[in-house]
This record gives sequence, C-alpha cells and structure tokens, in this order.
Amino acid sequence: MTDAAISNTKPALRDPSAWDRLKVNSNWLSIWFMLPAAAFLILFLAYPLGLGVWISFTDARIGRGGNFVGLENYEWLWDDTVFWLSVFNTLLYTIVASIIKFAVGLYLAILLNENLPFKAMLRAVVLIPFIVPTVLSAIAFWWLYDSQFSIISWSLRKAGLISTNIDFLGDVWNARWSVIFANIWRGVPFVAITLLAGLQTVSPSLYEAATIDGANRWQMFRHVTYPLLTPIIAVVMTFSVLFTFTDFQLIWVLTRGGPVNATQLMATLSYQRAIVGGHLGEGAAISTAMIPFLLAAIMLSWFGLQRRKWQQGESND
Amino acid sequence: MTDALVPKVADPKTVLRGSSPLADHSEGMSYLERLPRRLVTLYLPLSIILLVLLFPFYWMALTAIKPDEQLLNLEKFNPFWTWNPTLKHIQKLIFETYYPLWLWNTMLVAICATILSIVASVLAAYAIVRLRYRGAQWVGGAIFLAYLVPPSILFIPLSSVVFQYGLFDTPFALILTYPTILIPFSTWLLMGYFKTIPFELEECALIDGASRWQILTKIVLPLAIPGLISAFIFCFTLCWNEFIYALTFLSSTQNKTVPVAIVNEFVDGDIYRWGSLMAGALVGSLPLVILYAFFVEHYVSAMTGAVKE
Repeated sequence: MTDAAISNTKPALRDPSAWDRLKVNSNWLSIWFMLPAAAFLILFLAYPLGLGVWISFTDARIGRGGNFVGLENYEWLWDDTVFWLSVFNTLLYTIVASIIKFAVGLYLAILLNENLPFKAMLRAVVLIPFIVPTVLSAIAFWWLYDSQFSIISWSLRKAGLISTNIDFLGDVWNARWSVIFANIWRGVPFVAITLLAGLQTVSPSLYEAATIDGANRWQMFRHVTYPLLTPIIAVVMTFSVLFTFTDFQLIWVLTRGGPVNATQLMATLSYQRAIVGGHLGEGAAISTAMIPFLLAAIMLSWFGLQRRKWQQGESND
Repeated sequence: MTDALVPKVADPKTVLRGSSPLADHSEGMSYLERLPRRLVTLYLPLSIILLVLLFPFYWMALTAIKPDEQLLNLEKFNPFWTWNPTLKHIQKLIFETYYPLWLWNTMLVAICATILSIVASVLAAYAIVRLRYRGAQWVGGAIFLAYLVPPSILFIPLSSVVFQYGLFDTPFALILTYPTILIPFSTWLLMGYFKTIPFELEECALIDGASRWQILTKIVLPLAIPGLISAFIFCFTLCWNEFIYALTFLSSTQNKTVPVAIVNEFVDGDIYRWGSLMAGALVGSLPLVILYAFFVEHYVSAMTGAVKE
C-alpha cells in the first residue's frame, strides 16, 4: 500500500519526459522480465494441463495419437471397481496420514519450542527425513518392512509380543498402515518445523497472563496457542493434504499398488494404466478425476481453517 | 489474494536458535517445572519421536556396511551392531554398476534446472514486486496456483509433449520440465525477499541514472543473497527428490537419475541385494545431507518462507 503511494507521488517530482520514458520502459521491460518464467510455465505447465484434459477425452495410446471418444473413458472408469478402490485408498491415505501428521507435528513443534539443551542441533536433526529424497528413505522402509528379515518383526519376536513375522507389505490392511506410517514419518518434520516457526511468534507474556487467570495447560493450548496458529496451520495443512493426495513415489517403491490393489492410489493407478499399460487416454482420465478432489481438499483445509480467523474478529491481514 | 496468505512466521534464525527478540523471556515460566515432570512430559516423548525419525537412517547406514552373512542371519549376530564393517557394498556400487554415472546425471540435471529456474524466477519476481506492471498481482496469484499443480497429474500429457519436442530419454527432458515445479516456488520465495528491500534504495539509484538492469544486478541481488541461497538449495533438493518425471521420461539405463535407477536397476530376485541397495540409498542421500548441514538456516528459511508468503 505504502509502496503504491510512493510510486504515485514520484512523477510529480520528476521531469515529465523522463517519467514517460520510464513508464514506457517499465511495461516493456516487464514483458522481457516475465518472458523466461512465463515461457516455462505456459509450455510445460499450462499447456500440458489442458492437454491432459483433452487426452482424457480421446483413446490415445503410447506412440499413437487418439481420436475423440467423448466421455467413454470416464464411463469406463465409473464401472471400474479398481478405480473406486483407488479413490477409497487415496482418501483413506490422505485423511489418516494428514490428521496424524498434523497431531504429531504440532506436538513435536510444541516440544521443540521448550527450553532444551542442544536446541539448534535437535531442530536441525528433526528435518533430516524431509531432506533425504523420498525414494531413498522409502527403500530403507522397504527393508524395514521386509517379510523375512524385518528388524521390527525380529524385535517384537524377541520381546515375545508376536510369534511369527509380520507380513507388512503382503497383507491388505498391513500394507495400507505400513505405507501410511512411512508417509507420516516423512511428513512430520515439515509440519513440525513450519509450525515451530509460527509458535515462536507467540509472546510468552500471553501464557503468563493465562496462568494468572488460572488456565491449565490444555486451556492455554486451546485458547492461546491454537487461535494464534490457525493461519499458519491452514497453509501447512493445505500443502500437506495436497502432497499426500498426489503421492506417488512412496507407494511405487514400497508396494507398486499391491497387494491386489490394496494400496493403489489414484496417481499410481494412472501411471500403471497410462505408462505401463499404454492407455494414455484412460490414465489421463484418472489424473483429471483427481482435480475435483484436489480442489475440494484445498478448499476444505483452506477455508475451513481460515474462517476461524475472521470469526474471532481479527482483521484479514 | 496474496494478502490473505501472510500468517506470522518467526525469522528462520530464531527457528533454529530459539533466540527470538523475546529472548529475555524465552525461559518463560519453565522454571516452575521441576525436572521429574519435564522428564516425563518433555524429554521422554521427544526422544521417542527422534528415535523413530532417525532409526531408518541408522538402519540404512548399518546395512550398507554389514557383511552379507550378518545381514540375513539375525539369530547368530546381534542385528543392531556390527564389529566387522565392510566397504564391499559401496565398492560394488561404484565399480560394478553405473552408479557414478547416475550420480553425475542427477547432479547435472539438478544444477541446470535449478540455475534456469532461479534466473527466470529472479526476473519474474522482480517484475512482479517492483516493476508493478498492469495485472502484476494477478500474475503473482497465478504463480501461487501453479505451485499447487502436482506433477502426478501432469506427467501423462507432459510425456507426450516431451515426445513431440523430441526430448524423450535425454537429460533435457528433465532440465526443461523440472523448472515447472521450481519456478513457482522460487518466484514466490524471492518475491518475499524483494519486498523487504527498501524501495528508497532503488529510488536513489534511479535518480542517479541507473537502469533497471543495473538496479537489479547491483542493488537488489546483492541484498537478496540469503534469499537466493535459500531458493537455490531448496530447488536443488526438490530436483534430487523428483521421481515421477524421471521415471516416465527416461528409459535407457545410462541416462537415469539416482532415485529411478535405484528402484529399477537394483531390484532383482537376489536376496543379497540389500547391502548394495542400502549403500546406494545412503550415497544418494549424502550430498543433500552435507549441503543441508552447511545451510540449515537457509533451508529452514526457504521452508517457512514458502509458507509465509
């Protein structure tokens, strides 16, 4: 706002001709400045996004352009039980993983916000799972979940809790919980560190005031911390939901959608149909079907959490 | 649009160090709590979470240096430690596979894509924030939306685009498509940095007769160096992490990037593969972890910056 005011008053101080030249330059220059970014985003983002929707209405295969077939791909998907199973899996995966990531992430952020020895180092270490490429940590999980040599099974057996090895990735529900756990493991550091950044802006005097008013720990969290954090929670959770919903790598490494499609997400199914199976049209229809879900997820986590903010009478800064 | 997206976030340095401007009170009321209580409510849960977060890495590193017979015989040897570490798996990785080549491919793609994206983003962010052309705000919003478009709905049409342009199975397929993920992010991040640079500096330079280009290179960029480092590191990490495009657009073994190669080339029926698989994962993560160790603060500022703006 203030910047705009400055640039509006500027011409009065200047020689008119110089200002005219600058104004002409400024718009002309902007085009040149925007050109590289715009070229990339239009050629490789906007155009493919439209093309994807178009392909979903054709019967394209790899190596052969398709003919327009209308809604045939979608009608086909509508009757496809595997597709609906993948929708169910994706929703389960996203909802469970996001909720737990949020809860554990917030808890971890609150713990890290305390006065601790080696604070800086602890906080740096927490982020490591987020730094390491997903595929490489997924491979470590694959080994941890091995049906014969899993160290988790071994430890539980030694502790006398189970008698036979757990088949982490071979059983329908075990596989689902295993991939959800791996996703949570990777997502928690991101949620924790970004929420920690928000937590640190909460003034300690507010807690002191709450203590004097006789608030207990839960009340302090509920009525001081949480309301002040909602804006940043909204953003973090929007990202978290988005990336969980469209996850591909983790599933591809751990199960490739198996056993019997129990962990097939929409993203992995579209890869399998389009690239492995060669039916580009069908795969594109599945990806296009993700868009409404994505929009709904973004709206829900965004407006759902954002609304609280203006309900409290805060100005919408 | 953009104004709604500005929650308060602490400075990245304070996120790590914990020394906020409120440092004098940072101890807060914690002196009221005695040690046994802190032990249960703080140290115990914290160490459990840390243990879970770090155990996979310990296990990855341990597996990479364990001899084969110890890997598969959990009864005879203590699985949590080894007294005779071996470099056999890493040696096999380097001399018997294309691993060095894959590392080089990944590095090349990541560096080229990152540089391209940063250059494009610097120009775009500067134009949006400071040149203020008509509709700049809308472009800013559109770029934020572009950030929300996930690769997993783009890879099918992109694969046909890549094929049409004749880029299939070349590094250029990745170098040119990764910026679609990186540019929205880094433009958004740099817009935030450029906004913090006082407008007066640029006005002075304009009065002194500097051109916009001189202002950008001599005033704005030197002041935005922390932002540039953050953007660079985060983009580099994103490139290294990217999987679905690399899996779809590359087919020959020699051209693959580390994540794709490990998943596709190492996975065979051999039960002794675990050692080299873990060595591959470990060596593939090391460059990023080392980079991270040197630039933790920039990394955190990129992460929180992306959320903040």
